[in-house]
Amino acid sequence: MNEYLDLFGTFAKVGVMTFGGGMAMLPILQREVVEDRHWATEEELMDYYAIGQCTPGIIAVNTATFIGQKRKGTIGGIVATLGIVFPSLVIISILASLITNFSSVAWVQNAFAGIQVCVCVLIFNAVVKLLKKSVIDKRTFAIFLLVMVGSALLNLSPVWFVLLAALAGIVLKNLEGGAMK
Amino acid sequence: MTYLRLFWEFFKTGLFAVGGGMATLPFLKNIGLATGWYSQTDLMNMLAVSESTPGPIGINMATYVGFTVAGIPGAVIATVGEVTPSIIVILIVAAMLAKFRDSKLVSNALYGLRPASTGLIAAACIDVVLQVLLRASSSTVSGSIMKAFSLVGSLNWRGLVLAAVLLVLTNWVKPTKKWHPIVFIGLSAVVGVAFRFGGV
Repeated sequence: MNEYLDLFGTFAKVGVMTFGGGMAMLPILQREVVEDRHWATEEELMDYYAIGQCTPGIIAVNTATFIGQKRKGTIGGIVATLGIVFPSLVIISILASLITNFSSVAWVQNAFAGIQVCVCVLIFNAVVKLLKKSVIDKRTFAIFLLVMVGSALLNLSPVWFVLLAALAGIVLKNLEGGAMK
Repeated sequence: MTYLRLFWEFFKTGLFAVGGGMATLPFLKNIGLATGWYSQTDLMNMLAVSESTPGPIGINMATYVGFTVAGIPGAVIATVGEVTPSIIVILIVAAMLAKFRDSKLVSNALYGLRPASTGLIAAACIDVVLQVLLRASSSTVSGSIMKAFSLVGSLNWRGLVLAAVLLVLTNWVKPTKKWHPIVFIGLSAVVGVAFRFGGV
C-alpha cells in the first residue's frame, strides 16, 4: 500500500513542478525518478520518451504509466498516471472557478516569462545528460545528429524518426555481427 | 448524458492525438465546434492558462475544458477520458517490452532508438530556445515538409543573461549544481517579476 502511495505522491510532485509540456517534465523526472529514487535508468527514460511520442496520448502521461508499470505492474501504471494528473485537476479547478483572467495578470505573465527561460536551460542540461548515455560511438552520434537536424527543419511526425532509427539500429548491429564472423 | 459525451469526446482525443499535449489542440477545436460547449476564443484563453500553470499542458487543457463544460465532475471525466487510451496502449507496450527486452532484436532496435530519442528532445530544445530567447517563430512552407523560421521581435536580452547565469549555476558552481530544478524555476519566476520579463 505504501509503495502505491509513494508512486502517487512522487508523480503528483513531478506534476506540480512541470511548467510546460512533457519535455519540461524531463529534468524533473531525471532528478526525482532516476537520481533520487532509482526507479528507472536514463536509458529507460529515453526508451519511454521515444515510445511515448509515437503512441497515442500525452507524453507526460505515457512516461508516468511506463514507470508506474515497471514499479508495480498494471495498478502501478494507473496510480502513477492518477498522480501526474492530480495537481492539474486541483489547480485548474480552483483557478477556473475563482480567477477567470489569471493568465492576463501582469505578475503571472512576468513570472512565466522568467520560468520559460529556466525551462530552456533545464531541457538543455537534460539533453546533455542523455547524450552521454545514448551517444556511445560514431554511429549513434550520426543517428542523433540526423534526427536532431531532421526534426528541427522538417515538419515530419516523430513516429518516422523513431521507426527509422530502430530499423537503423537493427541493420547496423547485424552488419557488425556479420563483419565479426 | 453530457458526462458520457464528454468522456467519449476526450477518449477519442486521447486515442488519436499522437505526439504530446499540443497535438490535442486541433481535436479540442473540433469538439468546441461540434458541440457548442465553448468558443474558439474560450479555447485560446484556456490554452494561455494551461501554459502558465503547473502540470503538463495536455492535462491542464483537458481539465480546463471539462471544468468549463460540467464543473468539477466534468474536469475529472474529461481528464480520465483523455488518459484512458494511453494507459491501455502503454500497459500493453510495457508488458511486451519487458518480455522481449533480452531479445537481440529489441536491444539492437533500442541501440538506434536511444540516440534518436535524444535527437528529438534536442530538436524540441532548439525550438523553445528559438522561441523564448531568440523570439523566432517557425511555420511550414506550404506544399513542402520544410519548416521556415522568421524573427518576430528583437532578441530577448534579459532572457539570454538569465539563461547564461542559470547555465553556469546548474553546471559549474559546486554548491548550486546539486540544487533541485524547482529551485531554479522559482528563482527565475522571481527574476521574471522583478525585471518584468513579460514586458508588462
